[in-house]
Amino acid sequence: MTLDLSLLPDGGVSWLDASGDHAGIVLSTRIRLARNLEGFAFPGRARDGERLRVLSRVREAVGTAPSLEHHVLVRVDDLPSEDRLLLHERHLVSRELAGLDPQHPVRSGAAVFLGAGTGVMVNEEDHLRLQALRSGFALSEAYAALERIDEELGATIPFAYHQEFGFLTSCPTNTGTGMRASVMIHLPGLNATKEISKTLAGLQQMGLTYRGLYGEGSEVVGNFFQISNQTTLGRSEDEIIDQLMYVLRTVISREEDARRVLLRDAGYIIEDKLWRAYGTLRYARSLTFDEAMSYLSGVRLAVGLKLITGLSVYTLNKLLIFSQSAHLAQAEGRALTDSEANLVRARYVRQLLAEEAGTNG
Amino acid sequence: MLCDSCKERDSVVTLTRSNADGVVTEEHLCERCALERGIETHITQPKQPLADFIGALHKQLPASPHDSGRCGFCSGTLRDFRSTGRLGCSYCYTTFEATLRDWLRRIHGTSKHVGKRYQPPVPLVEEGATVLAELRDRLRRAVEQEQFEEAARLRDQIKVLE
Repeated sequence: MTLDLSLLPDGGVSWLDASGDHAGIVLSTRIRLARNLEGFAFPGRARDGERLRVLSRVREAVGTAPSLEHHVLVRVDDLPSEDRLLLHERHLVSRELAGLDPQHPVRSGAAVFLGAGTGVMVNEEDHLRLQALRSGFALSEAYAALERIDEELGATIPFAYHQEFGFLTSCPTNTGTGMRASVMIHLPGLNATKEISKTLAGLQQMGLTYRGLYGEGSEVVGNFFQISNQTTLGRSEDEIIDQLMYVLRTVISREEDARRVLLRDAGYIIEDKLWRAYGTLRYARSLTFDEAMSYLSGVRLAVGLKLITGLSVYTLNKLLIFSQSAHLAQAEGRALTDSEANLVRARYVRQLLAEEAGTNG
Repeated sequence: MLCDSCKERDSVVTLTRSNADGVVTEEHLCERCALERGIETHITQPKQPLADFIGALHKQLPASPHDSGRCGFCSGTLRDFRSTGRLGCSYCYTTFEATLRDWLRRIHGTSKHVGKRYQPPVPLVEEGATVLAELRDRLRRAVEQEQFEEAARLRDQIKVLE
């Protein structure tokens, strides 16, 4: 089976369109709920047949859920590794579901139902990981979409639930609401003014945590921080979202302040640095992914500061996703070595930026 | 480019200054020389955030004498949990209730769920049958592998459900 993401209602990328609130600073909002089916061992412990029975139960339930009507089933366990990586690069499945680590190969029964902005992963760490992904800062909208899916599925399949502990999950760090609400935010201003460590320490005191672009275990690249709640028990879903919203609004306004300070105190230095980043992306012949991310971070800041005009945030978002290895390989129609990928990446970035410069002067 | 100060190491930062007349001078410094002048070259941002720390806490889990040794449904033990950080099935929460309550309190500050309440749909006969079928399947395999202690446990559980 080969993967054709054009079959998805939105190609799986509507969250990139920069239509959401504060889209220049906040790339995306993601919420996920962990749920398990009563009467089956968790996927890590279950045997192949048990996981396949879970998948078939979920499939039946999805068929009767109105909010999942246009979702497409992708059998992740049938896909070659390059397609699984592609799904992961597009932020549609987790690293674990895609089976990308050699010590955790893909599980039988690993699948995902994908629709416009929502998805259901099956046989990940938990039987179900319901997720909603939105452009910009959109926690309430994302949760509203997720709550409907949760209610519809939970009315057909019995979820594992404990009167005291709440929703039961494979890892007790998720028990209770099973909710992880996160916001992907670009903080180059706070980083450049050295305010970032203070901000991150403050977040941790508030019971929030941060990760890199790809979630758990991933490093921070290109000044993108994924900020999320750490605990899942003792607070309601609405309280978790309200707190995250409140804290994120503060972080956004601090970032805006930091950018103003940068421009005021170091105007020409910053301007020069950001234009150099743009120049490198416009003309470089070979770019590693980390390099591209770091220059894109600069260009994104320049667009935010209105130093560079005529370049859309949507294009910058697209560059983040489509300049990753599996996406480049798919576009080329063949596997690429690292050095080939660097050449193809530089060409792709040049093309896209030249097109924008062409249409906007 | 070599450091303008020590002329030994590669420069990693450029120090740009302008005086009152607006004359700009640039100096290229290595990490050590920059640090000597009080300039930080690295953002002191922990690479391993809190999440990883909490993820490792399960390793120090003390067992409660009130818990059974092995989960009747998935046959998982607290030792498995300690080594992987994951439980085998939702019945583990009842089997190891006392220990897990303690653990949840340490991690989340409480063990009491205050979020959305959930009422599972009324189980159809068929669903109870799925659990039973699952247990019978496990029993058959336990007998085949001559794990008689495990088989006895499963048989008891099947009896209760029946």
